[in-house]
Amino acid sequence: MSDSITAPMDVIHEKGSSLWQDAWIKLSKNYLALLGLAVLVLLVVISLLTPWIAPYSYSAQNLDLGATAPSLQHWLGTDVFGRDMLTRIMYGGRVSLMVGFVATGVALVIGILWGAIAGFYGGRIDALMMRIVDILYALPFMIFIVLLMVVFGRNILLLFLAIGAVEWLTMARIVRGQVMSLRHQEFVEAANSLGLSQWTIIRRHIIPNTLGPVIVYTTLTIPSVMLLEAFLSFLGLGIQPPESSWGLLISYGVETMEEYPWLLVFPGIALSLTLFALNFLGDGLRDALDPRTSKD
Amino acid sequence: MAILEVKELKVYFHTRNGVVKAVDNVSFSVDSGKTLAIVGESGSGKSVTCYSLLDLLPKPPAKIEGGTAMFNGSDLLSCSPEQMRHHRCNDIAVIFQDPMTSLNPYLTVGDQLIEPLIYHPNKDKRERRVEARLKAIALLDEVGIVDPVARFDSYPHEFSGGMRQRVIIAMALITEPKLLICDEPTTALDVTIQAQILQLIKKLQEKRNVAVIFISHDLGVVAGIADTVLVMCNGTIRETGSTDDIFYHTQNDYTKKLLAAIPEGAKRLQNRSDETQKIIQVDNLKTYFKNQSDSSNNPAKEFVKAVDNVSLSINHGEILGLVGESGSGKSTLGRSILQLVPNTAGTVRFKGETLTGLSQKQLVPWRRKMQMIFQDPYASLNPRMTVFQTLSEPLLHHGIADRGTVNAQVAQLMNEVGLAQIQMHKYPHEFSGGQRQRIAIGRAIATKPEFIIADEPVSALDVTIQAQILDLILSLVERHNLTMLFISHDLSVVRYISDRVAVMNKGLIVEAGETETLWKSPQHAYTRQLLKAIPLADPKSERLRMAGVWA
Repeated sequence: MSDSITAPMDVIHEKGSSLWQDAWIKLSKNYLALLGLAVLVLLVVISLLTPWIAPYSYSAQNLDLGATAPSLQHWLGTDVFGRDMLTRIMYGGRVSLMVGFVATGVALVIGILWGAIAGFYGGRIDALMMRIVDILYALPFMIFIVLLMVVFGRNILLLFLAIGAVEWLTMARIVRGQVMSLRHQEFVEAANSLGLSQWTIIRRHIIPNTLGPVIVYTTLTIPSVMLLEAFLSFLGLGIQPPESSWGLLISYGVETMEEYPWLLVFPGIALSLTLFALNFLGDGLRDALDPRTSKD
Repeated sequence: MAILEVKELKVYFHTRNGVVKAVDNVSFSVDSGKTLAIVGESGSGKSVTCYSLLDLLPKPPAKIEGGTAMFNGSDLLSCSPEQMRHHRCNDIAVIFQDPMTSLNPYLTVGDQLIEPLIYHPNKDKRERRVEARLKAIALLDEVGIVDPVARFDSYPHEFSGGMRQRVIIAMALITEPKLLICDEPTTALDVTIQAQILQLIKKLQEKRNVAVIFISHDLGVVAGIADTVLVMCNGTIRETGSTDDIFYHTQNDYTKKLLAAIPEGAKRLQNRSDETQKIIQVDNLKTYFKNQSDSSNNPAKEFVKAVDNVSLSINHGEILGLVGESGSGKSTLGRSILQLVPNTAGTVRFKGETLTGLSQKQLVPWRRKMQMIFQDPYASLNPRMTVFQTLSEPLLHHGIADRGTVNAQVAQLMNEVGLAQIQMHKYPHEFSGGQRQRIAIGRAIATKPEFIIADEPVSALDVTIQAQILDLILSLVERHNLTMLFISHDLSVVRYISDRVAVMNKGLIVEAGETETLWKSPQHAYTRQLLKAIPLADPKSERLRMAGVWA
């Protein structure tokens, strides 16, 4: 390595780029991540357009038909009530994707802020904030949900709230641990001695450096949130038939797995596809957001 | 007779960005009872050379492309894993650089010490625990551990850095090796401890007649103990010869450059100190931390007194050197002056204005006038911010530049600290250590401060880079008429840069005075001890000194 004392004087105006612009450039070279992104976009678009493009009604039963295997009329077969599976998976995707993204988004925002503040200030503030997290951890999830139901009645927003309220706890812990190790790094001290405000330091110097683990955890959270929704719906606390979600379809499919395997396989494929796409995209994002991985 | 003979060793790293020739055509030999020093800067291949002998390199990416290493008649590079294990257990031992991480914190030092004896690969050679324990205790005594019977059952965290390095030396010697590889064994240690460890290694070597390969980046350290010296750069040998030849009849330009880069002698710039104007005045400053590890209710141990009743003042235009060993409180004093850690008692005044007791908000205007350069250029830059973002942050935050002028101002800053402007949008990891320290210096001078604290700004750098950064700091101090507190453990560096020196030990300033006066007639016993321990790049005086201490 040569450290030249003199620098060339000609100013070269290269376009300045932010972390996110750089990340996009790097992501666009990662084909697997792009494929994941494309699959997710496709799934979201289909979900949004479902009311107009769905071939059948999601609730109209045809008991004479019963459960039929995939055919030209019903590409993915029908369930025991004779309802078209493709339609039900499309409608189910609307619920599942919404729950997945919104509840995870809620968890992400609360978790990052909570964890960053607790980790950055430390001491009593940290102790208090983390004890609150511990108490919420200790609260049995089912009792918490039932309580919410009793107070507010059943609706889909409550479902987001309930799931988000559980999922942010782990996120907060992860972020807190990261922040605590970052807090004493010299670059944070340098920012402090520049006179930056605490909030600016958290926003510019701390949070961007926690992104790696956060993104990985997020991509793991989305599918687990979708399954949590299925569990709640199965217990009658989430959405109710004839509405559907992937999780609900899967849990019904499991019951009739031996006679009508397609009732389990197709919603399963839909969920797995989302999960794969998320993982590829998440890995790609993590690499793209880390400037230490090369641009080429 | 040569116990180890390495011929035409080639180790290449096959990385994604191509082949790196880490070691290229290196040959040397070591005799029993002799010391070979391999000297070079970081990335020169000196550690890779030695690690390849013991098969300690990660493969891939490393690959030994050629050469032989004959040790007692067998080739280390081509032997089976079984044979290699035999060599590691019986013949060759390594002492690593960092005594803090090379011991397992969950095992007592005794257990780690006797491991090679009671788990010996050759079942007949395995010793019983009781015998191994006695052997280990005798060895601990020999390396200078006080009360070795009790210390046998202590855990690594109960030892200081120097004591741990002694334990590690005992660990290396317990199998009675014939070859000892020391990889920068004193780099992480204080200068007084370093002198003791060097003497210990020399003494043990003579007694046991082992061959030693001593890896170091510091020519001063090897002057006293090496018989032959090998200078490496970029994977190749630049010069090899007897220690006296290397130091007194230097042939190679790179070796000359290395020797010239060792800071030596007094400051050459004139003293710009203006005694009528005090920039910083510290009175009876105390900074205590709550003692986390102490659970006893001993009130005397409740606090760690990092800075204990320190008073000092810095004149306008002066460079005050602050020297001390690790744990002396010198860094904490620097941070206390800048109000980066809360002060327990006392006052800090900047140009007559009291800073102690101000809130973070009230301090903001002062922050612009006082800046800090940190030790570790790898930790002091945010890895997710480009040079432009790092340098523009202080400019924009303090309103020195606006969106329109910030580009030009950052470019000017980069020019001032010697960075090419095409690198403006690169991230810190794309720079070398010296270049990163230039970025950090650029950040510190961005706000046009009047006072800068430099906390060991060159101690993480190679010696040739160190000299460049010191010259950069001196030129900036002169150009911008800065006042500086220069913190360092390296006395030669402090002498080279400071007008006045303060010596710190255990939270107290034990002595302060004009640099040259203090060097010539140190008053305090601790200062004398420190000055005596500085390694010089002069083999003759180093040998005399070592011999003198033993006699």
